[in-house]
Amino acid sequence: MNPNLETDIRQICKEFGNDRGRMMDIVIAVQKKHGCVNDDAMDLIAKTVATHRVEVESTVSFYAFLSTRPRGTIVIRLCHDIIDKMHGSDAVAAALAREVGVPFGQTTSDGKITLEYAPCLGLCDQAPAALVNDVPVTNLSTDKARWMVQELRKHHDPNQLVTEFGDGNNAHELIRSMVYNNIRKRGEVVFAEMKPGEALQKALSMSPAEVIREIKASRLRGRGGAGFPTGMKWEFTRGAPGDNRYVMCNADEGEPGTFKDRVILTECPDLMFEGMTIAGYAIGGNTGILYLRGEYAYLRSYLEHVLADRRKKGLLGKSVCGAKHCFDFDIRIQMGAGAYVCGEETALISSCEGTRGDPKNRPPYPAQKGYLDCPSVVNNVETLCCAARIMEKGAAWFAQMGTTDSPGTKLLSVSGDCKRPGVYEVPFGIPVREVLAMVGAEDAMAIQIGGASGQMVGPKDYDRPISYEGLATGGSLMVFGPKRNVLEAAHMFMDFFVEESCGYCTPCRVGNVLLKDRLEKILNGQGEPGDLDYLQELGQTVKVLSRCGLGQTSSNPVLTTLKNFRNVYEGLVKVNQDKFQSSFDIKAALTPARKIIGRESVIYT
Amino acid sequence: MSETVTLTIDGAEIQAKPGQMILVAAEEAGIYIPRLCHYKGLKPHGSCRLCTVTVNGKPMASCTQPVAPGMVVETKTEALNQFRRQILEMLFAEGNHYCMFCEKSGNCELQAQGYRYGMTAPRYPFQYPMRDIDASHPDIFLDHNRCILCARCVRTSKDLDGKNVFQFVNRGKHKRVAVDSRARLAGTNANVTDQALGACPVGALMKKRVGYAVPVGQRLYDHKPIGSEIEAKASR
Repeated sequence: MNPNLETDIRQICKEFGNDRGRMMDIVIAVQKKHGCVNDDAMDLIAKTVATHRVEVESTVSFYAFLSTRPRGTIVIRLCHDIIDKMHGSDAVAAALAREVGVPFGQTTSDGKITLEYAPCLGLCDQAPAALVNDVPVTNLSTDKARWMVQELRKHHDPNQLVTEFGDGNNAHELIRSMVYNNIRKRGEVVFAEMKPGEALQKALSMSPAEVIREIKASRLRGRGGAGFPTGMKWEFTRGAPGDNRYVMCNADEGEPGTFKDRVILTECPDLMFEGMTIAGYAIGGNTGILYLRGEYAYLRSYLEHVLADRRKKGLLGKSVCGAKHCFDFDIRIQMGAGAYVCGEETALISSCEGTRGDPKNRPPYPAQKGYLDCPSVVNNVETLCCAARIMEKGAAWFAQMGTTDSPGTKLLSVSGDCKRPGVYEVPFGIPVREVLAMVGAEDAMAIQIGGASGQMVGPKDYDRPISYEGLATGGSLMVFGPKRNVLEAAHMFMDFFVEESCGYCTPCRVGNVLLKDRLEKILNGQGEPGDLDYLQELGQTVKVLSRCGLGQTSSNPVLTTLKNFRNVYEGLVKVNQDKFQSSFDIKAALTPARKIIGRESVIYT
Repeated sequence: MSETVTLTIDGAEIQAKPGQMILVAAEEAGIYIPRLCHYKGLKPHGSCRLCTVTVNGKPMASCTQPVAPGMVVETKTEALNQFRRQILEMLFAEGNHYCMFCEKSGNCELQAQGYRYGMTAPRYPFQYPMRDIDASHPDIFLDHNRCILCARCVRTSKDLDGKNVFQFVNRGKHKRVAVDSRARLAGTNANVTDQALGACPVGALMKKRVGYAVPVGQRLYDHKPIGSEIEAKASR
């Protein structure tokens, strides 16, 4: 055993109050110091915080960024979502593997570099992208990939890969990142100027009930995708019995193709924190938690700095905005570690409680029993920004933008085959066609709206509005040009869900694997007409029977392409003439047996 | 608050206790809703989804959905039975289930549900996963090939045995039951008298050296389908 391990673990656990509820922080810190959370570490952590080793293992093994086995001191995680693939990430992957000298999923023999794939890193507007430890490296080419590895071999410092900074706060001394914001269109809600404290002062001059009434009057709905009325959520939380109440901000932006929260976190965290504080006042809570996805760890120091600054200004901490309001509120940052499902509000709570990111059964809802069984409100980053702005400018001002059922503006993260990828703040109700003109993608053959869990639609839907009642999206809009294969995209989205399913319920854990396999069969040219009915029936079953929002939307890539691009499927399937199973490969089936007996088959050579 | 809640299940008016889950309320009224992860004495888990019913037309897991006044619940529609067969077929295709030589045959809840819902062979391709057997313990073995991830052992060990022998690790299709020791089951405080053993619905967690003790014809589900003991209550 590493002699320092015990001392380090004792100290790390102590730092988090020897509280097993802070398991995420503990294991992240242990891994940062020792490269992984190995058997010895798991035993020691369990002993120190008085839990069982298998509980520690349960948490560590759940998250993609955590490992029980040693990895390289430098981990390169190349994004492998559809957008990165469209921008050449396969070639970048090949270049990386060649230059590093190991295939993806492996570590060099000197223990220095590990190559891994990652699902969407939130950098689709500057794809292909990778994370080198915490450092984002964008706009990768094969040359840049080779250069990157050579540099890392020289100095082993991912920070030195950043030779020039991106725009805005990306150049801030606490971020120092090459990431660009790519804000293409500023609206009046999120990307307008703000004076820290202004909205909060206004809220504090009202009673909590009045604040909730104002949010309800604005008809603000959750920006994460589900669209639940925010004011009602706050009201339920305020009305639920409990000694403590929590405000959780969901910054686990993991939906493929979404990156608007990255830009909010970089450019307007004050607005978001102000929204959290207002929510805390409204529900009668004293603690806020920002759940920050592991992929955005590079923003953490800056966000901590903004929090410290707000404390200094009296906008957080004891007696917010003066003693007369009798309101204490503070915010802590909870890091995630690579799990899309933690964007589901109850899974996010599980993760904050230090366990695997399994969604919880509902009822009870978080508003009744959330974090640590206390009434909790979980809101999206953008929703909280809207809430703050509504306090500043009034519900009526907000509600006159957008449509009746979808008031306000929406941030769209646009990526793929378009001339101007980036973030657009547009009024709700804008037709797809108008957005496509704005982003330079008039020739789009298809768009995936709402991310992997959303819908794939074609030109016949381009006159529909983007809104909760029309085409809904949590922000992602991926554009596919005339030469793209929509089924390949659907297949990649299914692959994503197979990787990201927590595995709790049967339909999502098993059904998505089966959907992906059958799609693969069709893409391999072995599909038969009956496969389309199979996909439809299975997709519907996964949708209806799954336990949480992930499973309930995971078959959408298949179901919406079947609906809107059935001709593509029909062009690929053919009636099987010889009646044998078209996908059965006798040679592949014999491989395990051949390995055991150590010789080739005489018949099937 | 009134003492009872009145709701309709399969056309019959039922009295239930406030806060009771639909599955339990139905059971007390002699209506059997199939289940695998639900287990008496444990908190509801809601993972297998076999107990899905429609509540006012909307599909919901009846083991985690509390009763409410005026609810109209359907438990036996053809659409639901189709869904159940699909869930069962998914479970059979996911693991390595060889009933013909499994010690649990005849007493296995997964197998019994398959019979009850008229499943013949899965419509889904078998996944044939490579899974492990932990036979390190002197009296117990854990055969992951047969595990359906219902968490009954995990919860029983924790809530009824007061131990913490089992917990899930990994996620998605890689999710599996792990034990509380790096030295496998032998390194844990698991005991052959633990209630966790009896909680396993399939042949994953088994007592050693007692396989095939009950002759065919006398096993639990040899004559009557699973759930008939509950349905017998209604006909009395």
